[in-house]
Amino acid sequence: MNIADLQYNMPRGVTPLSHQIHNLHMTIFWICVAIGVVVFGVLLYSLVMHRKSRGYQAAQFHEHPVLEVTWAIIPFIILVAMAVPATTVLMRMEDYRNSEITIKVTGYQWKWKYEYLDQGISFFSNLSTPLDQIQNKVAKNPWYLLEVDHPLVVPVQKKIRLLVTSNDVIHSWWVPELGIKRDAIPGFIHEAWAIIEKPGTYRGQCAELCGVNHGFMPIVIEAKSDADFQQWVASQKPGQPKQLPAVLSGKNWTKDELMKRGEQAYNTSCSVCHKVDGAGMPPTFPAMKGSKVATGPVSAHIDMVLNGKTGTAMQAFGTQLSDDDLAAIITYERNAWGNNTGDVVQPADIAKAKGKG
Amino acid sequence: MSEAIEHLDDHHGAPQAKTKLEWIKRWVFTTNHKDIGTLYLMLSLFMFFVAGAMAMLIRAELFKPGLQFLQPEFFNQMTTMHGLIMIFGVVMPAMVGLANWQIPMMIGAPDMALPRLNNWSFWILPFAFTLLGSTLFMKGPAPDFGWTFYAPLSTTYGPASTDYMIFSIHLMGLSSIMGAINIIATIINLRAPGMAWMKLPIFVWGWFITAFLLLAIMPVLAGAVTMMLTDRHFGTSFFNPAGGGDPVLFQHVFWFFGHPEVYVLILPAFGIISQIIPTFSRKKLFGYNFMVYAIGAIAFLSFIVWAHHMFTTGMPLAGELFFMYATMLIAVPAGVKVFNWVTTMFRGAMTFETPMLFAVAFVILFTIGGFSGLMLAIVPADYQYQDTYFVVAHFHYVLVPGSIFSIIAAVYYWLPKWTGHMYNEYLGKWHFWLTTIALNITFFPMHFLGLAGMPRRIPDYALQFASFNEIASIGAFIFGFSQLIFLYNVIQTIRGKWKIAAPARVWEGAEGLEWTLPSPAPYHTFSVPPEVH
Repeated sequence: MNIADLQYNMPRGVTPLSHQIHNLHMTIFWICVAIGVVVFGVLLYSLVMHRKSRGYQAAQFHEHPVLEVTWAIIPFIILVAMAVPATTVLMRMEDYRNSEITIKVTGYQWKWKYEYLDQGISFFSNLSTPLDQIQNKVAKNPWYLLEVDHPLVVPVQKKIRLLVTSNDVIHSWWVPELGIKRDAIPGFIHEAWAIIEKPGTYRGQCAELCGVNHGFMPIVIEAKSDADFQQWVASQKPGQPKQLPAVLSGKNWTKDELMKRGEQAYNTSCSVCHKVDGAGMPPTFPAMKGSKVATGPVSAHIDMVLNGKTGTAMQAFGTQLSDDDLAAIITYERNAWGNNTGDVVQPADIAKAKGKG
Repeated sequence: MSEAIEHLDDHHGAPQAKTKLEWIKRWVFTTNHKDIGTLYLMLSLFMFFVAGAMAMLIRAELFKPGLQFLQPEFFNQMTTMHGLIMIFGVVMPAMVGLANWQIPMMIGAPDMALPRLNNWSFWILPFAFTLLGSTLFMKGPAPDFGWTFYAPLSTTYGPASTDYMIFSIHLMGLSSIMGAINIIATIINLRAPGMAWMKLPIFVWGWFITAFLLLAIMPVLAGAVTMMLTDRHFGTSFFNPAGGGDPVLFQHVFWFFGHPEVYVLILPAFGIISQIIPTFSRKKLFGYNFMVYAIGAIAFLSFIVWAHHMFTTGMPLAGELFFMYATMLIAVPAGVKVFNWVTTMFRGAMTFETPMLFAVAFVILFTIGGFSGLMLAIVPADYQYQDTYFVVAHFHYVLVPGSIFSIIAAVYYWLPKWTGHMYNEYLGKWHFWLTTIALNITFFPMHFLGLAGMPRRIPDYALQFASFNEIASIGAFIFGFSQLIFLYNVIQTIRGKWKIAAPARVWEGAEGLEWTLPSPAPYHTFSVPPEVH
């Protein structure tokens, strides 16, 4: 990589707030540089000139109250001068009024869920970098680890209000070019806002350690013109969690169909913890291969996948995935890796189990 | 007091062990402040290499994008353990070890005020760290949620080994509280006649104030981990929103401990540097009184800034403003300290033996860490810096060239007094230059990484972060291996291999009671208190 391409400073970003943050950052940086030049200048001068080896005789002064009060007061004045613009920007950041679109962002271990509260659109956004690239088996994409299957699509020039929360542990939703970092905390909803100035793709990452795959839950935003955004909204099917297209919904599946689809869905939603080969990472993430749940009673297995297990990273997938995917995943888990139970679970079974719950 | 001092006159040299058992008993049952100081420093030196090895693993994994050596699960355990051990196992024991050796010799006391308590405070620690280290060998992960162990990642979602960490932290807290009580009791009661408060060596002042910080905060940490324990096992919901609890409460309690804690790591360092710079400048410390007030002011402010670690958790505006202003205020007393050090050197007659080199580097590099600290205080900018490598760069700049450099400087400065032998100056200078250059190669690029958008605590990163990570890793390896020079120099000095005997007053410009004692300092010193004029 060319040294000129290296990014070494905070991006100016594409929102009014990110510009103001950048200005604050540069202002205080240059103030620090100026103080540093003076202090280190005096220090270096002494280090060079006031050496015993040059025959320099030590002076004997060791007190000067006026001087000391002075250099307590001057930094104080500089600090006040810094605090004023910082306060102004901060007050502006906290002004959430008059937003035009509201999106709820929920952190999950290890993906983001986006819900467009006004449009009724809702979907999960997972890392799309293939495992082979992470394990260095194939060449890496240019946007390695900063790419997702379903980006957050937003309009430009509109005040977007984000409501950030979490389903499990604390995450932090951070997109540098928007100037937004908000901790996603279970039990709390925090606000943030942005007006994106120009269309483009903006990337970020989870910024709060949230477990094993903290480094693998990126954020991608596609900012579109209002017309393109409206077109995108129209193309979304409201109400359905969007993982894989739910084309075959309602029908009875053959085992082969379920296995094929199950493998795909398992690798998207389950393999992060339980691994592609079903070996898991015991004891935190149990193996699926030969597991008591995956080879025991079907109803207990369905219950585990739908409702999760409290106190562990096992989420309640009943609200996250479509019935088809849930049925396919459970069928796959019961028949892959030598778990040859022969059981087939249909979407109707899932619907029935949900009804009971 | 005088009666107790006379009793100690009964025996003279260090006990001479004839058998292995006697040797073990001597060190296990010792109540001598110099022995216990040595034990603390040895533990710290050992842990420095343990936690340092973890840092090497972390940097090896981060050398290139992709997962090479460590799986994410183990990577998280390494970052957690590296932080916990460096703070509780390296810097704190080293500072307490220095306090044990130096405070009695600097204030003219025969020993610490509470020698048996002193023995106990030390001997708890090996057990605490064995418990903590044992989690790495258990079935299931060791603590893997960062040294800040935020709930609910460490409670509801924490691995089973978390309970060992909780107990280990309780033990460390006990040790620190007892150590702090001992230091306070010693300084209040055992000062030599004529040693008025404003004549105390500044290292002693630094530790006196630090000890009060420890007394105030260690019980808070104990409370935090106890709440974790009851949340994990006894059905409470302090930090669990599903039971009406509050995960942010954990952060408030933790940082109410955690922020004063960082000053626990640095105030004794301020004291050390304030001893060393006048010695090698051959000039009295400039503004002694203001230096003491500054330490006091920083200690006070440290209690009202904790939430600056939590700006992104969504505090009310008034809270954010209060914590921003209070945090910025710390720059005033911290500035006074830096200006006074520089003025002490100004028009001095300086020489640059190894302790002085480390002290000068401290002043420059700690100030750089102070600058990034000031930047982090600006709340809107903090939204971009928080939880990135910029923060990693910041706290390594204040902790490595801050706390660690001061400890290394103190060891070079006082080792001749402790052992009666001079260390090797040539190796000392090599150690200094390699360490200082490597440190900047390691941690300076981390500022750029953070600003460019790299979050901390990730085992793998996007391609645009590759170049700076490579540079940082190379610096880290040089830094790590340079410390072997230090280890070798210290061991050979203790064994007297350099064959240069140290005089009583080791350094030309050194002032203070410890330099009136012969080198090596006898096993019992100041059995009769000296007169201070």
